[in-house]
Amino acid sequence: MILNLVRTPEGFVGTILLGLLTVWALVAPWAYPGDPLSIAGPALLPPWTDWSLPLGTDRLGRNIAAGLMYGARTSMIVGLAAAGTAILLGLLVGVAAGFIGGVVDETLMRITDAFQTVPGFLLALAFVSVVGPSLPVVVLAIALGTWPPPARIARAEVLSLRERDFVAAARSIGMRPVEIAFREVLPNALPPVLALSSVIVAAAILIEAALSFLGLGDPNRVTWGGMISEGRTVLRTAPWLSIFPGIALVTAVLGVYLTGEGVVEAHARREMLL
Amino acid sequence: MNRTLTLVRRRLLTALPVLLIVVCATFLLLEAAPGDAVDAYILSSGGGDAELIAKLRIEWGLDQSAVSRLGVYVWSLLHGDLGWSVLFGRPISSVILERLPTTLLLMTGAIALSFFLGTSLGIVAGARPGSIQDRLLSIGSLILYAIPGFWLGLVLAIIFAVHLRWLPSAGIESIASGKHGMARVLDIARHLVLPVVSLGMIYLALYIRMMRTGMAEAWRQDFVRGLRARGLPRAIIVRRIVRNALLPLVTMLGVQCAAMLGGSVVIESVFAVPGFGRLAHEAVSARDTPLLLGVILSSAVLVILVNLVVDAVYAWLDPRIGSTGASA
Repeated sequence: MILNLVRTPEGFVGTILLGLLTVWALVAPWAYPGDPLSIAGPALLPPWTDWSLPLGTDRLGRNIAAGLMYGARTSMIVGLAAAGTAILLGLLVGVAAGFIGGVVDETLMRITDAFQTVPGFLLALAFVSVVGPSLPVVVLAIALGTWPPPARIARAEVLSLRERDFVAAARSIGMRPVEIAFREVLPNALPPVLALSSVIVAAAILIEAALSFLGLGDPNRVTWGGMISEGRTVLRTAPWLSIFPGIALVTAVLGVYLTGEGVVEAHARREMLL
Repeated sequence: MNRTLTLVRRRLLTALPVLLIVVCATFLLLEAAPGDAVDAYILSSGGGDAELIAKLRIEWGLDQSAVSRLGVYVWSLLHGDLGWSVLFGRPISSVILERLPTTLLLMTGAIALSFFLGTSLGIVAGARPGSIQDRLLSIGSLILYAIPGFWLGLVLAIIFAVHLRWLPSAGIESIASGKHGMARVLDIARHLVLPVVSLGMIYLALYIRMMRTGMAEAWRQDFVRGLRARGLPRAIIVRRIVRNALLPLVTMLGVQCAAMLGGSVVIESVFAVPGFGRLAHEAVSARDTPLLLGVILSSAVLVILVNLVVDAVYAWLDPRIGSTGASA
């Protein structure tokens, strides 16, 4: 599967970008031990002037390269955790709605509608501002705005699956409905929902960046959005402070998208061969 | 026309429970927020003794149960009363109505730009799938899709406002310019260029990709094969394909509305545009939770209305929609 993925042009570029980013995030504690939020040198040092601070320093003399590395960790953790939570929540709601049907289905789908009616970013903003910014809260806030699409797809999938013969067979051998829903229907409804995951991870990374740009990220962690926001005050004299973390963001999101497209492409090619 | 009206009426009926859920959810969020309206009032008025606080709580009905307060909340919402903003010292509804037109202008501009430019470029790419221009546009739109709008805004501001000095980087119009009529319209337009571009680019990428995919699929359909077999000129076939691929994009306009309202929060903060999105950020910064909830509620209403209009337009464009009672 991975070999097939790397053979597609999208998958090739995407996995390289994601691989570099993962290494970049993983080596952070060895490359720059200690707190990335502490002062490392003179303030506003331009990039490429001091080899120990390759990308320069910010307004408070903090190391930009270290910030970018630790920021990659935050972005990746939030992206994966939020997408995982959203997909799990969406699956639970979608499978319950599709499998039970009737009033439960109607209620759950109206709730899904309601969540899609409120702009996801506003919801995340309100949730973080009411509960208080910390990493788990940010993850939950992003998941709150991104679970409806997986829920809809899971429901549609379950609706078509529940009429199949293997479900009838499971029923006839006396399996309980909950057991059928989770052991027979859920695994089969999974692939189309998982196909959404790259889009949700990318969206989660972008929402996290926007939240921390507005000052609603975890204050004890370095975030790319926060770095861009801090660079804004000296945008005229030191634009690189905002430009570097932005490039990192684009790279991460692009890597996720391309890998996702590569997986779809590789899957399509395999289908064609079969 | 009758068909469209039936559809609109049906959509309105399903929108009511959705709106009720949004109201209950926002009320829950308000309950979860630390402190209540009395705390906010005492804080803003510079303190008060315990007796005054207790008296205010009874007067404002905050000593009642949560259920009865939800009832009061819904009742006042039905009268168009969103509550009182401590931050502005004015009714929330008047603040929101004042800020909304600016954001609607910004969103209309961004949607127009992304829709027309995006579909045009998508047509260029989809006219010959697999060609050089198709590949370049695909790569370009993918990169554009990965760029966060607020960062693009900052980069554009560095280039066009700081270095080239072509465009203003903040506000909605020049302060105390004394401009009237056409001069004022042009002034506002100049201020809106950068925010509109920053807000619209991500959707531009989306429309290029959707249009391209729609056209690439249409090339494989039987009716197109038939047209090609009959030896029709390529230009005419492309025109038929465009018409087919354009229809689903209209529904996307409604879906984009919610996302764009969210996006306007950051973009308006970057460019200091005094709009509806920035109001959300101001409410968060000042911890004015009732104002924030008013913003959320009115954005939900706005999204429902826009989707209603889009559905009506769609039904008018495509005679298959809503022609039988069973569909949709």
